[in-house]
Amino acid sequence: MKWFDYAAPASLAEALQLRAAHPQALLLAGGTDLLVQMKNGRRQPDVVIDIKKVPELNALSIDAAGALTLGAAVACHRVYQDAAVRKHWPALAETAEIIGGIQIQGRASIGGNLCNAAPSADSVPLLIAMGGTCRIAGPAGERPLAVEDFCIAPGRNALAAGEMLVSLHIPAPAAHSGVHYLRFIPRNEMDIAVVGVGAQVVLNNGNFQSARIALASVAPTPLFVRAAGDGLAGKPVNEESIQAAAEAAAAAATPITDMRGTAEYRRHLCGVLTLRALEAAIRQAKGSH
Amino acid sequence: MPGKIHVNTTINGEATEFLCEPRQTLLECLRDTLNLTGTKEGCGDGNCGSCTVVMDGRIVTSCLVLGVEAAGARIDTIEGMARGNQLHPLQQSFLEHAALQCGICTPGFLLAARELLENEPDPSEERIRWFLANNLCRCTGYDKIVRAVQDAAKQMREAKA
Ligand code: FES
Ligand code: FES
Repeated sequence: MKWFDYAAPASLAEALQLRAAHPQALLLAGGTDLLVQMKNGRRQPDVVIDIKKVPELNALSIDAAGALTLGAAVACHRVYQDAAVRKHWPALAETAEIIGGIQIQGRASIGGNLCNAAPSADSVPLLIAMGGTCRIAGPAGERPLAVEDFCIAPGRNALAAGEMLVSLHIPAPAAHSGVHYLRFIPRNEMDIAVVGVGAQVVLNNGNFQSARIALASVAPTPLFVRAAGDGLAGKPVNEESIQAAAEAAAAAATPITDMRGTAEYRRHLCGVLTLRALEAAIRQAKGSH
Repeated sequence: MPGKIHVNTTINGEATEFLCEPRQTLLECLRDTLNLTGTKEGCGDGNCGSCTVVMDGRIVTSCLVLGVEAAGARIDTIEGMARGNQLHPLQQSFLEHAALQCGICTPGFLLAARELLENEPDPSEERIRWFLANNLCRCTGYDKIVRAVQDAAKQMREAKA
């Protein structure tokens, strides 16, 4: 790795000052993507700002309304070992358990997975499906941003100069709702999604009240296929509606052909996985109260 | 050019200090500065697990940790696994089951398996394979490693009972 200076601020204000003073600096959370990119020369910061000592970035808490605040540096193991997360957001716990292996999960954060802005990031379609929001802090103060608007190109996110992701906010699960993330990989574990699908449904007396579907690895960024989910609103919960949503999701995908799969194969997988993710979310919604 | 940073840490239970450049990984600091060469480098990018160490009670790949991040942390390496001449049951079991050939992957497998058995004394084979998925072995084909872990788990349970 090239020379860089290291700083480990203990407060958000100090982290923002450093960020403003060093425009070329990069933020270090778990480092499981960043250090790989620095080793292969793709990223060459002059300063690395280790944000793991900033309290706001380590928060994992539930507010009075039942919404989850997940600090941007909270490692995956804390997510899946948290009893409240397992109970109220089981899909989030399950997804944190499939990002890398155990060693990676000891360091890697969901916030980092998002900031890295890989089209294949497993947690991002799920965060989008759950209606997640980013809390972003910068020189001009704070602003919220919907997760679906955060990734703007492969490896690029919507953070402006001097800004940083502080935390993620996931609303309390609605009554009769369910969420699921599903990916296809050729191995059993430790692999990059050929396609991933996150789906959330809210049911109401045998009908869909609303649905949100997002895809991984089929576009330059994780892709929110809003219309595919919106099309389910008011429809009866049956095979026909689900099939139509799966077809709409597959049609919205713009996959490429690479070593992991052809565009055609990916589009087909989009349909299959959307259908299965919806079915799993529906099962969960029917079991919830 | 930035200078070296003085790092105070605890390694295998002993207060330890070392100097490192911010760009050095914990793996480099352990091997090249502290001469703890039991921790191995395979891929250097988080895939193979041969550089596994325990950091604050949790296994991590030391090739993706900066040496400076060890400040204030507790690091446990393979050098701390045996008690003097007495091997850990997992080490003994790896020997008996011939669960190693070249041995590059072994320190990482041993530390990962120890973390598993400390938290889950009776894991299924599927669970063992899942837990050890961040550790790659290009020699053994894994089967002997899994048998060695199962056997060590059994012995450790019996020793406790
Ligand atoms: S050398 Fe660190 S994971 Fe391979
Ligand atoms: S014994 Fe050679 S890599 Fe495992």
